[in-house]
Amino acid sequence: MTGSTKRPVLELVNARISYFTRAGEINVVPDISFTLHEGEALGLVGESGCGKSTVAFAVMNYLGGSGRLTGGRILFEGRDMQKMSAAELRAVRGNKMSMVYQDPMSSLNPVMTVGRQLMEVPIIHEGASEAAARERAIAILKEVNLPDPESVFERYPHQLSGGQQQRVVIAMALMSEPSLLVMDEPTTGLDVTVEAAVLDLVVRLRETRNSAIVFISHNLGTVVRICDRIGVMYAGELVEEGPIGKVFRDPRHPYTRGLLDCIPVLGSDKRSAPLVPIPGQVPPAMARPRGCVFAPRCPHVVPERCSVGDIPTSPAGGDAEHLVQCVREPELPDYRRPQASGPIEAAIEASEPMLSIVHLDKVYRQAGGLFDSAGGYDVRALSDVNLEAQRGTTLAIVGESGCGKSTLAKVLTGLEKATAGKVSLGGVEIGDTAVENRSRAVKRQLQMVFQNPDSTLNPSHSIGYAIARTLQRLKRLAGGLANREARGLMETVKLPADFVARKPRQLSGGQKQRVAIARALAGGPELMVADEPVSALDVSVQAAIINLLIEIQRQRGATLVFISHDLSVVRYLADRVAVMYLGKIVEAGTVEQVFAPPYHPYTEALLSAVPIPDPDVKQKRIILEGNIPSVTNVPPGCPFATRCPRKVGPICDTTPPPELRTPGGHRIVCHIPLEELTVVDPVVKRAS
Amino acid sequence: MTTDVRNFGATRPRDGKLARLLRRIALLRESPVGMIGAGLVLFWILVAILAPLISPYDPNANDFEIARDWYPSARHWLGTDNQSRDLLSRIIWGSRTVLIVAPTAVGCAYVIGCLMGLLAGYYRGWVDLVVMRISDIILSFPVIILYMIIIANFGPSAFNIILAVTFIAAPQITRIVRGLTLELRERDYVAAAKMRGESAWYIMLVEILPNARGPLIVDACLRMGYTTIAIGVLGFLGLGLPPPDPDWGGMVKDSYALMSTYPLMSIIPCMAISSLVVGFNLLADGIREIGLRD
Repeated sequence: MTGSTKRPVLELVNARISYFTRAGEINVVPDISFTLHEGEALGLVGESGCGKSTVAFAVMNYLGGSGRLTGGRILFEGRDMQKMSAAELRAVRGNKMSMVYQDPMSSLNPVMTVGRQLMEVPIIHEGASEAAARERAIAILKEVNLPDPESVFERYPHQLSGGQQQRVVIAMALMSEPSLLVMDEPTTGLDVTVEAAVLDLVVRLRETRNSAIVFISHNLGTVVRICDRIGVMYAGELVEEGPIGKVFRDPRHPYTRGLLDCIPVLGSDKRSAPLVPIPGQVPPAMARPRGCVFAPRCPHVVPERCSVGDIPTSPAGGDAEHLVQCVREPELPDYRRPQASGPIEAAIEASEPMLSIVHLDKVYRQAGGLFDSAGGYDVRALSDVNLEAQRGTTLAIVGESGCGKSTLAKVLTGLEKATAGKVSLGGVEIGDTAVENRSRAVKRQLQMVFQNPDSTLNPSHSIGYAIARTLQRLKRLAGGLANREARGLMETVKLPADFVARKPRQLSGGQKQRVAIARALAGGPELMVADEPVSALDVSVQAAIINLLIEIQRQRGATLVFISHDLSVVRYLADRVAVMYLGKIVEAGTVEQVFAPPYHPYTEALLSAVPIPDPDVKQKRIILEGNIPSVTNVPPGCPFATRCPRKVGPICDTTPPPELRTPGGHRIVCHIPLEELTVVDPVVKRAS
Repeated sequence: MTTDVRNFGATRPRDGKLARLLRRIALLRESPVGMIGAGLVLFWILVAILAPLISPYDPNANDFEIARDWYPSARHWLGTDNQSRDLLSRIIWGSRTVLIVAPTAVGCAYVIGCLMGLLAGYYRGWVDLVVMRISDIILSFPVIILYMIIIANFGPSAFNIILAVTFIAAPQITRIVRGLTLELRERDYVAAAKMRGESAWYIMLVEILPNARGPLIVDACLRMGYTTIAIGVLGFLGLGLPPPDPDWGGMVKDSYALMSTYPLMSIIPCMAISSLVVGFNLLADGIREIGLRD
């Protein structure tokens, strides 16, 4: 790398960023320095609350009323941003630097057409004519791979899907050919296949435009795809920075290692490579420890050296490109991913099915309008779902948003009733009984862990009340006994027992999710349905919750139905997997079967889209065109036919595909013969 | 079985809840606007409570000795009305009417509005349809005409004013509560409550209603202000408390004919009404402000 010969676009020199509140100055970023040259992409990663977004806003010199650069300098193309006038800043911001935020809907004006908003950029910044602006807007829409740019041009933001909106935002950011592009979690809200397409777009644009990119993400996998350098932030400090390959192959800072130990890498599972969460939490900016900020959570800490004075940033092993802020860096052992210590236990092969779902349909009847003679239409959310989960095992259900996986969870838990088909729990039919009509025994047997930690607990009730009330209702325990047992459950989920007096807002996201698990455990359930229980959490918390679920399952022998869009987590946690698309199961089998050929073409595409945080992994690239069709308009043949890259012919559009079965019980629903599906290469391969 | 699990933190002293409530109220200190509002409202509450102690005269006694000299003097600080009754005493005693009738009316309206709104929002379907159409019918009448019909039919009395205010405000509250319920019923903790077999009433009153309290407290404060105005208007129209008991609106009405010659007699009760209404509105603003910060 000869970055030094290139022109630097962005330089942060000992930048110090603070917010000013009624409580006084809060120093969020004490001292950060890095340089970004043209054509370079730097990924900033770290847990939430580490100051990533603050740095992004500071780079744009857009910290709002309460934030300020209180020390050091931020140079853009050699000019000090602090010394620019408002007019100069405006000219630079729209013209030479652009920003893409996480939520595209909040970046787009809902009452203006997409085209108008795009045209504004050249009209305002360059004084271009209407016609010229229009031409350029359509050209840029074409460039970001939007199908039929002329029609997108005329549409309003709400008429586009999330992925299309984000492409429009990127198009807008690129409109003025910026030399610096700041992207703050640009793909976080998107489905994996859409995310993959957007990431590919960013990579391609970077190559053609030579823009420098600051790419902020909590997902190490996306950073590997986009960036050539990575900066790991912890509590406002850049603790490690260097080329992607070097940092991932030989992480030198204990925090970087901790992050890597937290994330399941596609291909590892709970039996071979356990996840190791980082203990503790990111310290708040007001209570930053003396010396190394990571010391309180660090496994390698030596207090008399780590917590005394400022920790210098030094080149790792004398490599000037790879900087680390750790005094013990030279003595740390070589990094190795954690391996299972004990003997690897075999997958549980119990035969008794705890849950069996046969020909399950769920149809929502959409009422027609008053003057609608057709009288409404049907939305088929689940169609002919057949599944089984053995006692004590984990069944994972994966798929993108709108595939019906949450509807399935609702039918299992009785929050919705099945339209047709059978759901039996340990031999008892529950599919047609709403939760109000289920017996207490069934309610005890089947409990649920929800996705959103902020909505899972009632903010008006204390933690203890939430758990004790559940114990009272499900086990008919008296108040005093319920309180005592609630404290016991808190211990099971590894929370201090005196948390029972707290309100949910005094807890972090991971702690709330633990309480939710404790509540679900209150009745002593045999089946737990977990709907995306970790997708809203930081990676280190995610690892801890996953480990907790595994441990509880081992102790209690409970069956787990785990719903997720994250294939790495599913690969790690599940015993059996079902892949859903538009309300249908397209592939099902053991986790080893589903993650290896033969694949359903959709599974293959999903696997190729998963961002993998390992630069040594080779992944096949399958980009899916188009969007998931609406559930109101499911294709009559194969549901995946409209986007399938391996479509056989018209038969896919007209005839529902047959279910192919291997002798091992692996099911694939596809028109392509099994032999042909078997001969493909695995999607994910490690480079040797 | 009936042990109260709600006081879970048994290790804490019993006054923990009260202390926490006081601490929340103390948050209002951070909003100057809210402090002014709270000050005005508190002032009138104190005046109403202490009326027998601080009022210099019987509010209905005519001071025949001052003849037709109604203007403020050492004897009558704010002057008297045209029947030589002490204005200060009438304002002080009049505050009792407003501060008893308005909270009671708003409270009754809230009980009915919350129940209807919870039912409509929680059950949706035909319950929602029936409740909301009835509300719409009530809301479609001009408020003043509705007041006049009710009071004229049942006669002017404190009870009938409360009845009328409840009847008119309840549908508005129903709408607010219904909207909040529609949103809150989709929360995961409601699903969790269903999954442990809670009754619909428990879910509505214990799981949903407490979380709607933020906007409702602000609305209740504003509504107290509106109700104060409504009571004044009714008094002005002669539909307030029957004479001779003092009521601010009625005092304005009595002075109506003398407005050009002796304006003081109408200005003083008007100022009383305004200060209380402004107090409630500022208090609502302050609560909203600290609520947003939380």
